[in-house]
Amino acid sequence: MAQPRVIVVGGGLAGLMATIKLAEAGAQVDLLSIVPVKRSHSVCAQGGINGAVNTKGEGDSPELHFYDTVKGGDFLAHQPPVRDMTREAPNIIYMFDRMGVPFSRTPEGLIDFRRFGGTLHHRTAHAGATTGQQLLYALDEQVRRFEADGKVTKFEGWESFDPVLDATGRCVGVVAMDIRSMEIRAFLGDAVVFATGGLGAIFGFGTNSVVNTGSAIAGCYQAGAHYGNPEFIQIHPTAISGGDKLRLMSESVRGEGGRVWVPKNPKDNRSPASIPETERWYFLEEKYPLYGNLVPRDIASREIHHVVYNLGHRVEGEEAVYLDLTHRDPDYLTKKLGGVLEIYEKFKGQDPRRVPMKVAPAVHYSMGGLWVDYKQMTNIPGLFAAGECEFQYHGANRLGANALVACVYGGIVSGVTSFEWAANHAKKAPASTVADSALSRFRERTKAISARGGAENLYAIRRDLGALMVRNVTIVRENSELVKTQQKLVDLAARTRKAPLPDQGPWANQGLVHALEIENMIDLARAITAGALARDESRGAHYKPAFEKRDDAKWLCTTKAIFTPDGPKLDFTEKIDISLLPLAERRYDVVPAHAPKPSIGTASGSAGAAH
Amino acid sequence: MESSQSAGNRTVQVRVMRQENPNSTPRWELFEVPYRPNMNVHMCLLEIQERPTTIEGSQTTPPCWEVNCLEEVCGSCTMVINGRVRQACSALVDTLSQPITIEPMSKFPVVRDLVVDRSRMFEELKKVKAWVPLDGTHALGNGPRYSQEEQSTAYVLSRCMTCGCCVEACPQYGPGSAFIGPAAINQVRRFNLHPTGALNKGERIETVMGPGGITDCGNAQVCASVCPKEIPLLESIAAVARDATVHSIRRWFGK
Repeated sequence: MAQPRVIVVGGGLAGLMATIKLAEAGAQVDLLSIVPVKRSHSVCAQGGINGAVNTKGEGDSPELHFYDTVKGGDFLAHQPPVRDMTREAPNIIYMFDRMGVPFSRTPEGLIDFRRFGGTLHHRTAHAGATTGQQLLYALDEQVRRFEADGKVTKFEGWESFDPVLDATGRCVGVVAMDIRSMEIRAFLGDAVVFATGGLGAIFGFGTNSVVNTGSAIAGCYQAGAHYGNPEFIQIHPTAISGGDKLRLMSESVRGEGGRVWVPKNPKDNRSPASIPETERWYFLEEKYPLYGNLVPRDIASREIHHVVYNLGHRVEGEEAVYLDLTHRDPDYLTKKLGGVLEIYEKFKGQDPRRVPMKVAPAVHYSMGGLWVDYKQMTNIPGLFAAGECEFQYHGANRLGANALVACVYGGIVSGVTSFEWAANHAKKAPASTVADSALSRFRERTKAISARGGAENLYAIRRDLGALMVRNVTIVRENSELVKTQQKLVDLAARTRKAPLPDQGPWANQGLVHALEIENMIDLARAITAGALARDESRGAHYKPAFEKRDDAKWLCTTKAIFTPDGPKLDFTEKIDISLLPLAERRYDVVPAHAPKPSIGTASGSAGAAH
Repeated sequence: MESSQSAGNRTVQVRVMRQENPNSTPRWELFEVPYRPNMNVHMCLLEIQERPTTIEGSQTTPPCWEVNCLEEVCGSCTMVINGRVRQACSALVDTLSQPITIEPMSKFPVVRDLVVDRSRMFEELKKVKAWVPLDGTHALGNGPRYSQEEQSTAYVLSRCMTCGCCVEACPQYGPGSAFIGPAAINQVRRFNLHPTGALNKGERIETVMGPGGITDCGNAQVCASVCPKEIPLLESIAAVARDATVHSIRRWFGK
């Protein structure tokens, strides 16, 4: 058997993990990434990674992690892969521990765990409050080792645009561009794994990094890959204001005791220190006595939105709420949350150990993504996807600290399954002509963009896209507005065709890259909006006041968006696999009767035990 | 979820070093952009990108720069701002004197404008074997136990984002020198402190004992003062130098 060659697109946690699994199995890997992989968006994950290790003796178990995740996702995730992920989560944490990730420790020297949203257990391993950065560095180091051994070749500064399909419709590579030399070439292999992360830039400013445009997966979608659950976009409840980014204040702030409040009197403009306890409204603690400030993100964001915009509460005149840590010991906070508090201090100029932070909701994460089967393969044979760019693990709402575990688990699965696929389907070197039509199509597209004239400005279009999507397709969704948004997206696409490139240079032309991306972003925006318009119910992050309730009779199904040149076509024939946990009401004020119980005794505790 | 708003008619003056490609001669361009609350240098560049007209009114191309996380954890947007190397995202306009001057880092080849090629730094991480050599990623049980104090030390060392501030400031580092620089030396210390990483301590120390290694440090002591993550680079260099001395004595005696 020839050594399989696999292309991995994206060098965040999911892509690096897939790369390692492939290299271990014996594949030759070409790893493409827009940025040097160490600068991927995974570095922004702060609070931690979930795994039911039961270090605190609370009777936590992977079964409870599974239940919390399915319930947190409002029963929209297929259950078997979620169960498998939660079972593997402790091993994933141990693997990182072996790689040298400096996880915070207990006095006994074990990995320490903290609380996060949507669970009652200490289940989140963390390295200070820069956990994503530390996990990414660990994988980056391991990949560098394989690179030094010649098993992995990195192509940093290459942006992928279109998958290459052979005559049978199988994916055998990608068309990519070197964003410095502007060279266009095809990377060919026996399988391709996409791990390109989220699409937050479609919403202008949020907590995402600049590269999170979703452009690469839009290329897959345009080539026929189905896109699952596009309408499910997570709004994080606590981010700080800013003109270039809404910087995240991690859920771990609440996990470490942070309290959300507003002055009881909406007109109260006093500074927080001068507002007595009796005149503060801790609205999350009041409404959800059991979970308090640690309700899932969709719920916290909606409640904050309600308090600020419907009831008119303000903090010192700002449309925000307080996130208050001032009752905790400053040294403890520095140790546990230093990385997050540093960001607040640097960008807001105030010390959150002494003054409550002002925070508001911001676009954070896409639960939706490329549709994949349980082996992480899309409907295009040979094209795999892992991490935030696929739809599989989080249903209608992702629980905090489940992103890192899902990225790594998806990376593991896709690494193993894409290797199997590649080994079973390896041809002698694919004909060099297989990419010709994809290459010439892409070259034509770049030529057409370069030839454009008109009065539009690419960067203004991008701002308008973000503002439009934030206004109409985030926390509260109204069908009448969504219909208008669909038309406005078509108009925006038309405007891009009248936007000349600001630079015709042949070298490091960021304007050309941007022009290619914005068209792709609009295609995904149309899928998101179409999904939101069609789904007449409220589930997880998708909320329509006109359809207040979850409607399992009609909507217990995946939204699949299928690209057509005239706009997305939607398919709802895939029912959700609920074979493992029964449907139940999603409550966070009391323990529902159906909830599984924590186990008692030491037998089930897995702390210290290898699996 | 707010949009930026401009504050009155205040403006900001920005001088940007422009260079079309690696072989062209750099030149300055001066811009004036509207001031916005909480403005950072990245936002100044965004304004110029959308309306690339110099203060004299001549049309130019949008400047190129690298950027990603915008919260000083990825290291992308490192550049020299008012003569000091730092990240553009955390360089707040309110704290900078004007006109704000923006230049690319000087120790790396310029790709275009403010974009430089820092791949040399990643090669240096390869050179010093900055990793724990894992037997495999399959389930092999827990990692080693260690104390909270050891965790605190390791955590601070491992926050290096390979941004290049330390090597930009280091007088020993540059195109004409083989010196691997403080960032890579710090990684040697970080992995040699880890219980499993320490199993290959000698091998890792040897990577910094030849030409371009630890003895090329000129003790200028500027690296630590520009590190945005406040990594104790001087301590790391001293610790690795000590270990190198011990290692060479041991090697001398054949132990």
